[in-house]
Amino acid sequence: MIRFLLRRSLQAVVVVLVVTVDVFVLLHQLPGGPARAVLGARATPSQVAFFNHQNGLDRPLVAQYFTTLGHWAGGNFGFSYTLNQSVGSLMMQRLPKTLVLNLLALLLTIVVAVPLGIYQAVRRNKAFDYLATGVSFVLYAAPVFFLGVVMLVFFSQELNLFPPEAPQGDGVGPIFAEPRAMVLPVVTLAFLGIAGFSRYMRSSVLDNINQDYVRTARAKGCSSGRVLTRHVLRNAMIPIVTLIGLSLPTLFAGALVTESIFNFPGMGLLFWQAAQDSDYPVELGVVLVTAVATVIGTLLADICYAVIDPRVRLGA
Amino acid sequence: MRPVTTAVAVGENADSEGGHDASTVGLPSGKPKSMFRLGAEVFLQNRLAVVGLGVLGVALLFCFVGPFVYHTNQINTDLMASTLRPGQPNHPLGTDQSGYDELGRLMVGGQTSLEVGFAAAFIATLVGTLWGAVAGFVGGAVDSLMMRVVDALLAIPTLFLLLFLVTIVRPDIEVMICVLGLTAWLVPARLVRGESLTLRVREYVQAVRVMGGSSRRAVVRHILPNVAGTVIVNATFQVADAILLIAYLGYLGLGISPPATDWGAMLSNGTNYIFPNYWWLIYPPGVAIILVVVAVNFVGDGLRDAVEVRLQRR
Repeated sequence: MIRFLLRRSLQAVVVVLVVTVDVFVLLHQLPGGPARAVLGARATPSQVAFFNHQNGLDRPLVAQYFTTLGHWAGGNFGFSYTLNQSVGSLMMQRLPKTLVLNLLALLLTIVVAVPLGIYQAVRRNKAFDYLATGVSFVLYAAPVFFLGVVMLVFFSQELNLFPPEAPQGDGVGPIFAEPRAMVLPVVTLAFLGIAGFSRYMRSSVLDNINQDYVRTARAKGCSSGRVLTRHVLRNAMIPIVTLIGLSLPTLFAGALVTESIFNFPGMGLLFWQAAQDSDYPVELGVVLVTAVATVIGTLLADICYAVIDPRVRLGA
Repeated sequence: MRPVTTAVAVGENADSEGGHDASTVGLPSGKPKSMFRLGAEVFLQNRLAVVGLGVLGVALLFCFVGPFVYHTNQINTDLMASTLRPGQPNHPLGTDQSGYDELGRLMVGGQTSLEVGFAAAFIATLVGTLWGAVAGFVGGAVDSLMMRVVDALLAIPTLFLLLFLVTIVRPDIEVMICVLGLTAWLVPARLVRGESLTLRVREYVQAVRVMGGSSRRAVVRHILPNVAGTVIVNATFQVADAILLIAYLGYLGLGISPPATDWGAMLSNGTNYIFPNYWWLIYPPGVAIILVVVAVNFVGDGLRDAVEVRLQRR
């Protein structure tokens, strides 16, 4: 187990390092280089040269990479000249909010999708199964922003149940101060996950329900409900754990769109506004942080997987 | 037939009959069916897949032939006729805030979405297949390095990478296709690498090698046809993903520059009119995206069944 953890963590570290190389390459793909990105198109060549010298951009690329890597490791992601604030402090304000949004959506996804998938598997090829399958196909194909807009039209405009805008203000506090305003963003973000997760849960339960151990448990007099909750569920959840890890990039991307619909001031909205203003330091910082978060999430999922499923541990 | 081992017989048969399925040689009864026929039969039995194909066909006709039948001006604005309700004699689906006819705009926007979707999926599949195949066959340190690159790029959420790239280059359709294609090749790369790793050690490939066949022959005649199924199925899902991604970019206002448009940009525009309740600017593009993506996914599912059955019956 310890060897597995070590090997897997080492792999994650390598991936993070490659990510930093990617982001470093992106930084140097900026039109006119970082100097033009900061000083603007009208800067004179001598100003650009001065900026490059001042910031060490005239040194060899490899040396620059290690300097940059050192800055990133120390939490220094540069300075947003558009927002006149360091990228690190911007992200510190926004990241917790996005994490809360994602966690709530993930929680809702699991709470809805797992029982739904189990029920579909038990009642497979009945009317309800077909209905749920049809709905999840449509939800899966629907762009998040369309779902969000439809939610806005119905629940905010027509029924006036929920406010159209997510809680504003700094920090995580306002989110819990205005739970009603969080309903639409969380539900919208969860829709996509529910569609995918319930499909996986359904097929995962179906895979297990015909196994010998289920028949044995039934033969020993275990009620079908007990077999389902005590035996099948535990095994069927294994692929779902991996799926949660793998769905992190989608979740971040979905959060970007959801945040832009409901004006939720998280990382996604920060990134979107930075993309519109060509605020490169912010963009690169957010890309780096989401990528690292994704790698860590996948690593955690793999570790959970190994903890739940002894076959993985022994095989490794 | 000479009394030789089956593997040689298979090899000769494949030579003489080209694409025909050679595995039935050893079976006691039944006419040999081509792999393609077998797959096509299974595909046609899947009713949803056929419906999906039909919807896709209608969408293609609507977007590419439609403008020749239903003429609209999608270049000049007409502010006198802005945000007309549906049901006008000249504008059955109303107009948007610039006076563009909504039905005609749906056709033009669909052209962008479909063109970009299919072309980007093609590029992604091509690049991904090459990358995965090289990694899988060369193996060793090269393989690890290439796959860590894939891992690292996969860790960056596609939408973020895409948004960053389109802020560097102002996108027209060709650029958009390249950018989308070059961010979406990761999944096929992983798939093809995995497939080629398993196929390389399969008995029939080893048999070719033992028989003195070159590795080029093993790859071209035996491994590629087997990978092709997986790749094609994945390409279908890539089309669906690319159509959604271009819609996201359009929605976020960083898609193709006006007056060109796509379904996502149309919907984005419609969201400004949620409160005056101009539903005809919101639902048509949204429903169009869903219909096409669902259709493509159905076709992909049907193809997957077809490929799997073909492989099983070999």
